[in-house]
Amino acid sequence: MCDILNHMVQYIRTGFDASFAALSDVTRRGVLEQLGRTDASITDLAEKFHMTLTGMKKHVGVLEQAGLVTTEKVGRVRTCKLGQRRLEEEAAWIERYRQRWDARFDELAKVVEELKRKEKVDGRKKRE
Amino acid sequence: MDARRESEPTPRKDLTTAERKSDRELVVTRTINSPARIVFDAWTKAELFKQWWIPKSHGLSLLSCEMDVRVGGGYRLVISHPAAPKPMEFFGRYLEVTPHSRLVWTNEEAGDSGQVTTVTFEERSGKTLLVMHDLYPSKEALDEAIASGSTCGMGETLEQLDELIVALGTSAGRS
Repeated sequence: MCDILNHMVQYIRTGFDASFAALSDVTRRGVLEQLGRTDASITDLAEKFHMTLTGMKKHVGVLEQAGLVTTEKVGRVRTCKLGQRRLEEEAAWIERYRQRWDARFDELAKVVEELKRKEKVDGRKKRE
Repeated sequence: MDARRESEPTPRKDLTTAERKSDRELVVTRTINSPARIVFDAWTKAELFKQWWIPKSHGLSLLSCEMDVRVGGGYRLVISHPAAPKPMEFFGRYLEVTPHSRLVWTNEEAGDSGQVTTVTFEERSGKTLLVMHDLYPSKEALDEAIASGSTCGMGETLEQLDELIVALGTSAGRS
């Protein structure tokens, strides 16, 4: 129940977002996780995920189009790394998350103020 | 009298902090100007909880809120939004309940990828430091939560909705 707003917005958004589609595949999520640890060549990734080179190239292509991965060819080796977009998005997401919680905690503070006020009134009544 | 004993660094306008502490952890903190006892009540009594958890200005409606706050007890929130095809349910179980100091619950609506949330209430000079710690089952689960929540490239309308939600929530909280 922690991030209901995020969930709701995600839920509403589902279905018309290329990046979402890019992330809907378990192999592609695995590739992103792997690249989060270290850069890797397509050959490395294909081996790791027990796939053909062609299959892995396809997955990397989808991630690249979504801006989640960048690739660079040096000699005969194509190296994949996390795209800048991914890193910027994480920072932006955390800031939005913070703002949502800030708003929610402002509401909490109001409820708590009201409770304090009531308690004071009740306390006074009891002592009288 | 002892309000100044705690020498805090320059007071910040933004009281809430959020940080990814590790591959699997998100931490949000906030200080509330009240004893922990009262803050804890606001987290554990449904009639209070529903007053603040879903700000009305966000366009979200809380259709129901059930909370059985004890170890092993469950909670269930049903929430609707005009743009959502049907109401969404959020549910889980309380793993730890220590009055006035600690709450731990599971988030099971997302299946196995849901996080475990720990909230601690630390009272200092009449104020309460809230630390909300989300532990995800894997780096992948947290990455996915972040990625799917921030993939805004095409959903421009919904991005605006998202910003509107934040703006409304902020102004409602400050007024």
